[in-house]
Amino acid sequence: MGVKLLLEKAHVEGIRSYEVYRREGGYRAVEKALKTMSPDAVTEEVKKSGLRGRGGAGFPSGMKWSFLAKPEGVPRHLVCNADESEPGTFKDRYLMEFLPHLLIEGLIVSSFALGSNATYIYIRGEYAWIPDILEQAIAEAKANGWLGKNILGSGFDCEIYVQRGAGAYICGEETALIESLEGKRGNPRIKPPFPAVKGVWDRPTVVNNVETLAAVVPIINMGGEEYAKIGVGRSTGTKLISACGNINKPGVYEIDMTISVEEFIYSDEYCGGIKNGKRLKACIPGGSSVPILPANLLLKTAKGETRYMNYESLSDGGFATGSMMGSGGFIVLDEDQCVVKNTYTLARFYRHESCGQCSPCREGTGWMEKILKNIDMGKGKMSDIDLLWDIQRKIEGNTICPLGDAAAWPVAAAIRHFRDEFEWHVKNPQECLTRNYGLANYADPLEVKSEM
Amino acid sequence: MSEEKKLFKVTIDNITVEVEPGTTILNAARQIGGEVTPPAMCYYSKLKNSGGKCRTCLVEVAAGSTADPRPMPKLVASCRTTVMDGMIVKNITSERVLDARAGVVEFLLLNHPLDCPICDQAGECHLQDLSYEHGKEGTRYEFNRRTFKKHDLGEYIQLHMTRCILCYRCVFTADQLTNKRVHGILDRGDHAEIATYIEKSLDNDFIGNVIDVCPVGALTDKTFRFKNRVWFTKPVDAHRDCSKCCGEVQLWMRGDEVFRVTARKDEWGEVKDSTKGGPGWICNECRFEKKDAKDWTIDGPTQVNRHSVISQGHYVNVVKPKETLPDVMGGRGPKLLMNIHNVSEVNRPEIELSKIAGPAHSDDFKNSLDNGK
Repeated sequence: MGVKLLLEKAHVEGIRSYEVYRREGGYRAVEKALKTMSPDAVTEEVKKSGLRGRGGAGFPSGMKWSFLAKPEGVPRHLVCNADESEPGTFKDRYLMEFLPHLLIEGLIVSSFALGSNATYIYIRGEYAWIPDILEQAIAEAKANGWLGKNILGSGFDCEIYVQRGAGAYICGEETALIESLEGKRGNPRIKPPFPAVKGVWDRPTVVNNVETLAAVVPIINMGGEEYAKIGVGRSTGTKLISACGNINKPGVYEIDMTISVEEFIYSDEYCGGIKNGKRLKACIPGGSSVPILPANLLLKTAKGETRYMNYESLSDGGFATGSMMGSGGFIVLDEDQCVVKNTYTLARFYRHESCGQCSPCREGTGWMEKILKNIDMGKGKMSDIDLLWDIQRKIEGNTICPLGDAAAWPVAAAIRHFRDEFEWHVKNPQECLTRNYGLANYADPLEVKSEM
Repeated sequence: MSEEKKLFKVTIDNITVEVEPGTTILNAARQIGGEVTPPAMCYYSKLKNSGGKCRTCLVEVAAGSTADPRPMPKLVASCRTTVMDGMIVKNITSERVLDARAGVVEFLLLNHPLDCPICDQAGECHLQDLSYEHGKEGTRYEFNRRTFKKHDLGEYIQLHMTRCILCYRCVFTADQLTNKRVHGILDRGDHAEIATYIEKSLDNDFIGNVIDVCPVGALTDKTFRFKNRVWFTKPVDAHRDCSKCCGEVQLWMRGDEVFRVTARKDEWGEVKDSTKGGPGWICNECRFEKKDAKDWTIDGPTQVNRHSVISQGHYVNVVKPKETLPDVMGGRGPKLLMNIHNVSEVNRPEIELSKIAGPAHSDDFKNSLDNGK
């Protein structure tokens, strides 16, 4: 049984209500931070903990906080990014739905560290029922003196507001989120200036993921150094993984980043193996935008070492033979799944969600989708595969925000690792409509190149 | 100058230039000029917050600054990246940049109708220039292109979204020049479109400037649509006293007929600063309603870059040659051999060419189909 920090109390009856949460030791972190620590000391603890952003990029959170500009007389803001729209990712929903007070507690402590008197939770429009849960939790916290003026006599004022988005993937990008929060069209801003200098209403702003902010609570409770002892290397603490796809037990799991991918998929404590006794074909380990990996590269790195569920190990080998931890949306594909169709579905998603601001992403995502649709329908040509490769290469890195990269990576990885399957679709236009390519050799042990 | 300002040294394609701190790479390159200047489809120096969207101006930064000489990992949009002292930028000397730019041009042309033969913008279209310089002939796109219906934005402006490249310049113009926000983007992704809410007309005095800032033929002047090709008309600088704007314009004339009025443009295709200071935006009255040469005081022919198609047949500083015909004819006058009107059925035979005072006017050559009406 791994260490549980966030979901430890998730199954306590009535944990959603303030009374139960407080009885189970809730709001201790606020007490500790506001009564015994200075804002800088809180930031220092977060730095020591080695906590990395849980939204996908994995940027060290303490470092991000220390970049926040602090000009005199200008208010600063903390924004919680609850616009969790990455296909395959649903960990934040679980947290907010079952442990709303954990997020509120984390928000209060983080607001204190950053000096934010008005903190916002930007939540995606599709989570229609969750704002009510959060607002109820905020009202309860306020009634009990954890929010409002002069919290616990520390002289620190804080209010938390919930802002509903209108349902756009792009608003999960921090600058687009800020635009949307300001009431404008959710187009990503051009950086620099970064939000740490000019964010909401041109004020210094920190945007953090729900899970990152919730993780601040155990960090303050146990101390940054203790927190850093969990996990391995630069992947400290615990991570929520939302597992889905062809597995026996889909759901949200908290892992301490020391288990192997194989254990995560096959052990009964986590995913419980592949459904219906099928074999593993491929997996997208960190949400739809990270590169897809075939079974053999997923379980072992190119060097033949076991792959673990942490930031470093999942990205071992770079994009050539590795993937990314991403947001923790673990999507498992069994031998009956078609990678071409899967890639087409993702391309369709990114085309639909592109904001249309910069040309490579606006035009390129649509083009890729149309070509992939053709290949999937058995109307593809051999040259289309190379064309796809060329298009993704011209989108990646040339766009304003990472959505362009996110659209390019899945296509690139699918062609890189599953080119056989694409070619089979082109060569067998009739057959590909009736049956799938199957497992082929994607689970075969890799030939390990010995180093000279 | 009271205080010596520290200038930043920046090297673009091995040419070093000194610029003021805060200058963007693109503007530094414009100070050098020539082909080291990255193309810009969406950036417009007179509009705040413009730029960064089209990605044609991407450049490689080989060294960030003297203090931190690390290269930037990604290509950067030169129109929105400010220079640092000692920065080394590669534009046309970088393979990566040329490759990315070719990609961007391909993306921009993907859904563009390429209807240049019937487009009023042809000849002064930035996308046309860009595709000649950086594009490939032929396309790899095998699908139907996106089309939209044409919309009239008020009495004078027509929007043809099919040609639009979503540079957002007109949105910024509408935001910054007019005091009402009447014009913006609807939808997102590849079906995003420029629109006014529920086809509201645009009636602000300065809204006509959206035509000038449009790099393509998406926003056109309805008083000029299909009237003439820009390279047949000759631009002259002119001015009038206007209570609303600076009144300094370019008249696009053919003979003594004014076909079109626009603001004066600089070498980058942007509106020039007026002599009274500030950008020389012009009002709707000057642009659309003063189509008579009598309304204007003509300052002289506009200088047109000799590489521009508009310079065809457009002469600046004309020197009138001496009359050679009587010389050649030994003092005799030319003799009319055959009156073409006598044999042609296209034109009205009752009009005698030699009777027309001054250069022929389109009124003189109305199609015979018009006669019956």
